[in-house]
Amino acid sequence: MIERHLIAARPAPPRPQRRWSWHHPHTRALVWQWLALLVVLLGLGWLIHNTQANMTARGIQSGWDFLRQTAGFDIGEQPIAFASTDSYARAFAVGLLNTLRVSIAAIVLCTVLGLLVGLGRLSHNLPVRVLCRAYVELFRNVPLLVQLLLWYLLLVEYLPDPTEAWHWGQTIFWSKAGLSLPFPVHGAQGWHWSLPQLAGFALEGGAALSPEFLALLLGLTLYTAAFVAEVVRAGIIAVPRGQIEAALSIGLGQNQTLRYVIGPQALRVIVPPLTNQFLNLTKNSSLAVAIGYPDVVSIANTSLNQTGRALECIAILMVVYLALSLLTALAMGYLNQRAALRER
Amino acid sequence: MPKTGPNPSPGGIAARPAPARTGGLAGWLRRELLGGWVSSCTTLALLACALWFLPPLGNWALWQAVWQPDVAACHAARGTGACWGMLAEKYRFILLGRYPLEEGWRPLLATLLLLVLVLTSGVRRCWNRWLVLAWVLVWVLFMALMGGGVLGWVPVPTDRWGGLPLTLMLSTLSIVLACPLAVVLALGRRSQMPAIRVLCSLYIELVRGVPLISVLFMASFLFPLFLPVGATPDVLLRVLLGIALFAAAYLAETVRAGLQSVPRGQTEAAASVGLGWWPTQRLVVLPQALGAVVPGLMNSFISIFKDSSLITIVSLYELTGSLGLALSGDPLWRPFMVEGYLFITLIYFVVCAAMSRYSLWVEQQQARSSAR
Repeated sequence: MIERHLIAARPAPPRPQRRWSWHHPHTRALVWQWLALLVVLLGLGWLIHNTQANMTARGIQSGWDFLRQTAGFDIGEQPIAFASTDSYARAFAVGLLNTLRVSIAAIVLCTVLGLLVGLGRLSHNLPVRVLCRAYVELFRNVPLLVQLLLWYLLLVEYLPDPTEAWHWGQTIFWSKAGLSLPFPVHGAQGWHWSLPQLAGFALEGGAALSPEFLALLLGLTLYTAAFVAEVVRAGIIAVPRGQIEAALSIGLGQNQTLRYVIGPQALRVIVPPLTNQFLNLTKNSSLAVAIGYPDVVSIANTSLNQTGRALECIAILMVVYLALSLLTALAMGYLNQRAALRER
Repeated sequence: MPKTGPNPSPGGIAARPAPARTGGLAGWLRRELLGGWVSSCTTLALLACALWFLPPLGNWALWQAVWQPDVAACHAARGTGACWGMLAEKYRFILLGRYPLEEGWRPLLATLLLLVLVLTSGVRRCWNRWLVLAWVLVWVLFMALMGGGVLGWVPVPTDRWGGLPLTLMLSTLSIVLACPLAVVLALGRRSQMPAIRVLCSLYIELVRGVPLISVLFMASFLFPLFLPVGATPDVLLRVLLGIALFAAAYLAETVRAGLQSVPRGQTEAAASVGLGWWPTQRLVVLPQALGAVVPGLMNSFISIFKDSSLITIVSLYELTGSLGLALSGDPLWRPFMVEGYLFITLIYFVVCAAMSRYSLWVEQQQARSSAR
């Protein structure tokens, strides 16, 4: 039988006494946090107070009612119909769609190009390696704005006039006025191709891509592809050499090794930084304002100059980009989950 | 006596042929240029492209180019040869923007001083307390030279500043201003205190979510509204502050990555020898954290330097803007804008490439110091 009464129960440890002493880390943490909050709130209050005082002093109107007023300016590119009699709200919608249009197209193109260049940098072939290296170094080290302005200049100055456009079998035309492509339209006789044709001094019909759009697309694609290429290269290098040797030793070919062994493992390393590059590209599309492509920043800029509602216009801009960043991050988070290692 | 090969049993396994040579010129050719028919075809195709494109490019850029500032010759050669003479004619406007011509030596001297300062700061032998003094002195001199109003120099308002001095000044100053803020933000984001952590995270994520242009618009349109009535700080100052606040968020994330790489044992060891929070961070954590992320920091610095070109959108004429200013108003030279863009492309490329080379050098130094 076990003697149960030999060892007396120990008394419970004393409750930690909360001492409100400055030497207690907990107290200090609380004080610091309240202090920080107070400073931030006071600062914000000061800014708001100043803004209100300035607005009354300068007679600046504020409020969101301007969104319903007539915009009164034309927009060169309209994914949805827009006339100068439409409201500012609709102008912002057109701008947002233009931003999305160029960003999505550039994201697709830069991923393809970046993948090719990234693989090229690891090629066994010396000329390919040198070419890809030169591409990355050149495009990464020059500001995007300079590249955009240069592309735009080349596209509007050095291409022929629309009347003497370069063409490919009278279906695709390329000139100072942009690129005209055949486009399927739904008309009276069902679906048919609308072909671009020369009418007077301009090209009509088909789908026209303006030089602004093309310059922005080209600039964003070439610039971001240089960064994507580095991301891809880093991802592939991160795959341990033993994996490749093992794949070759069980008889997989070069392409199979790339597809079944290197690819899935590299993707895990590639996706997070690739997300960052896509986010950067979307934000960089705001440089459109420099070459006159009507993205959301140009629309905000024009509206700001016309109405003087600086606070509201810049707030719209920031909210739009924050939302776009969030959406891209969410989409890539989903992709990252798909690519992540499934462990037992 | 027959020669004994590696295979002593005659009639057994035949000797394998010697492996293909990988050394020497033939081996190099086989390895790098002609490994398999795909590689050979690629090499030939690239060679053909080079032969196709390089001669016309060489003709345009070098042999048929016009090197004298001669408008008539340039117009005659248009389309067949570059007009580098445009640079000889316009280089002052491109490099100095709207700065008064007769005072041109001042921004030139200021730029040289700043360049020497930055280059010296990169040399290991100069890392001592005199460097701090040099930074203060050079900045005082820089501002005096650019702004004038002292020593009998004609005052030049900041809206006339432009070109290369403005680009260098903005990028250097915003880096210097952003770094301390970035360290504070990064420490705040890793703090144990929830309120401070949330505030810092909120700032970093909000700023990283918006493009620099919107921040610049804010600096140019909204900052005057945020200040007390009647206070209108200089537009250059506002833009500088905008870039610094923007860059701090990106730098903070890089610094945070460095903080995360410092093992926990380091802070515990610091605590056990009696260091408080600030001394721990200053003497133990930050030196290791910042050293670990030198490449990341350098990448951010390169971004800031490239991003400084955006201020041309809010009407400050740094290098990119001053090129447009120099040429778009001049119908004679306007057609040769491409040559101008290639010129500033070269400037940006040289500076950025130098920065990334320097980052590699620092990495090598660190590798040497950590190899025991």
